[in-house]
Amino acid sequence: MTTTLDSTIAKKQETFLSHLLGNQAFWVFIAIIVASLFLSQATDAYATTKNLYNISRNFTFVAIIALGMTIVIITGGIDLSVGSVLCLCSMVLGVVMHAGYSIEAGIAASIATALIVGAFNGILIAYIGLPPFVVTLGMLSIARSLAMVASGNTVVFEFGPDHDKLLSLGGGAWFYGIANPVLYMVVLALLTGFVLKWTKFGRHIFAIGGNEHAAILTGVPVRRIKVAVYMISAMSAGIAGIVQTGWLGAITTNIGTGKELDVIAAAVIGGAALAGGIGTAIGAVVGAALIEVIRNSLGLLGINAFWQGCVIGGAILVAVLFDRIANYRRAD
Amino acid sequence: MAVLELKKISKHFGAIEAVKDVSFALEAGEVIGLMGDNGAGKSTLVKMIAGNFRPNSGTMQMDGREIVLHKPVEAREHGIEIVHQDLALCNNLTAAANLFLGRELKTGFGPFKVLDYAGMYARAAEIFVELKSETRPRDLVKKMSGGQRQAVAIARTRLSNAKIVLMDEPTAAISVRQVAEVLNLIRRLRDQGITVVLISHRMPDVFAVADRVIVMRRGTKVADKAIAKSSPEEVTGLITGAIETV
Repeated sequence: MTTTLDSTIAKKQETFLSHLLGNQAFWVFIAIIVASLFLSQATDAYATTKNLYNISRNFTFVAIIALGMTIVIITGGIDLSVGSVLCLCSMVLGVVMHAGYSIEAGIAASIATALIVGAFNGILIAYIGLPPFVVTLGMLSIARSLAMVASGNTVVFEFGPDHDKLLSLGGGAWFYGIANPVLYMVVLALLTGFVLKWTKFGRHIFAIGGNEHAAILTGVPVRRIKVAVYMISAMSAGIAGIVQTGWLGAITTNIGTGKELDVIAAAVIGGAALAGGIGTAIGAVVGAALIEVIRNSLGLLGINAFWQGCVIGGAILVAVLFDRIANYRRAD
Repeated sequence: MAVLELKKISKHFGAIEAVKDVSFALEAGEVIGLMGDNGAGKSTLVKMIAGNFRPNSGTMQMDGREIVLHKPVEAREHGIEIVHQDLALCNNLTAAANLFLGRELKTGFGPFKVLDYAGMYARAAEIFVELKSETRPRDLVKKMSGGQRQAVAIARTRLSNAKIVLMDEPTAAISVRQVAEVLNLIRRLRDQGITVVLISHRMPDVFAVADRVIVMRRGTKVADKAIAKSSPEEVTGLITGAIETV
């Protein structure tokens, strides 16, 4: 045996460069840079402070939920209820504040609602063994219906004594002119990245997605972690709902409709594998950013908005193909 | 004194007697080949030792003291580890991550604890070097050969300082060259004074590495003898029933 202990420990299969080149989030990031360079040449409107401010603020709601979704996807699950949960949580916040309670009470009620919904999903999935797709599809319907019940299907736009606080929470920009939602997203992304990389909980999330049976055999508390994961996903939708309410200044019962598909698209474009075991926080953010850049640029380039679906759909397919090709090369 | 002694162990599922009055003793640093045809009672026996099933009658003693196992965790606490046939590895994780799965090392102070990557890499490397395996701690399991995967699964038993390692068909689904690698891993364990129970269908592997062979047929033990005093022909006869018992 010529190899020493230290060389064995240090030995890696990949160099930093090959790791970067095999990283989907990196390529999505490159795509955003290239598109941005092109658009700043092609149109005068793209590289303006106002437009960049808008882009950065618009994609944060999808990105925040995509962080939670990525965690669910890493365990091999899916959460289709996030769009409706966003609506329900916004509505709970609106109704509580409209009734004259403080913003703190509104946010607490809203987050509590999210956690209950997430725990409900998680328990059905982890303890009863129902498929995540079906459970969260049911919740998609239930949560939106509850939002209608809570509000009487009206638009809420008066938020009681703390009305202004709520609007500045979502609409303000107190840090170097960066929109508040962007700040929240950055903090949440850093937190998610930390949890995935540096905690036992994060390690177990990957283990469940890689081989659930093995995780059970090695004593990982699989069921509890699964419940936690769906609670996190619902909470991310709740946080996005609260921030978005502050930004929009009004809540209707159809906000967040179809948002789950944008969120899943963002996670997948960012490199999360629906089969489980793979995904990153940074991927969720750049995936969401790419979708928004595509939307924005098509508008600025004067291309009919009907083409948006084609381009975003194409991006999803390219992302999945990229993953396939990268694996194919490695298998050689 | 025997590390583990089974006395008149029986297990039935309804009317089916899976294991009938089986007794044997395992010594430290011994490799035992447990052989038998499908349905002979090997897995039931192993699952009782691993704590998955409780015997209907009979007793088990470790180092002379009687033990009763209700759950696999309890077997593990007594130093009995099982290497599952499918190895129970996560392909998307590194060798070190798999090794420490469920018992990760942490570092930090007070409530602020994070995963101790350096510590886990170092300990994993130590164990792989000790097993003389070429597996490296940072390698992803999905890029490993069958032999290296076995090394990761076996390394887990070293982490917990197991006294007895039960291996379920470790050489069933891997290439010829890797079989040699796995047999070497078994010898390394034996050299550390660990008792290895090798459940296998592969006659050559058992004769290459085991000190003793126990043959099961229809729930009963039909042979228990030193490998040096037996032959593959005799064992085949015992398994099929051509030879009644020895």
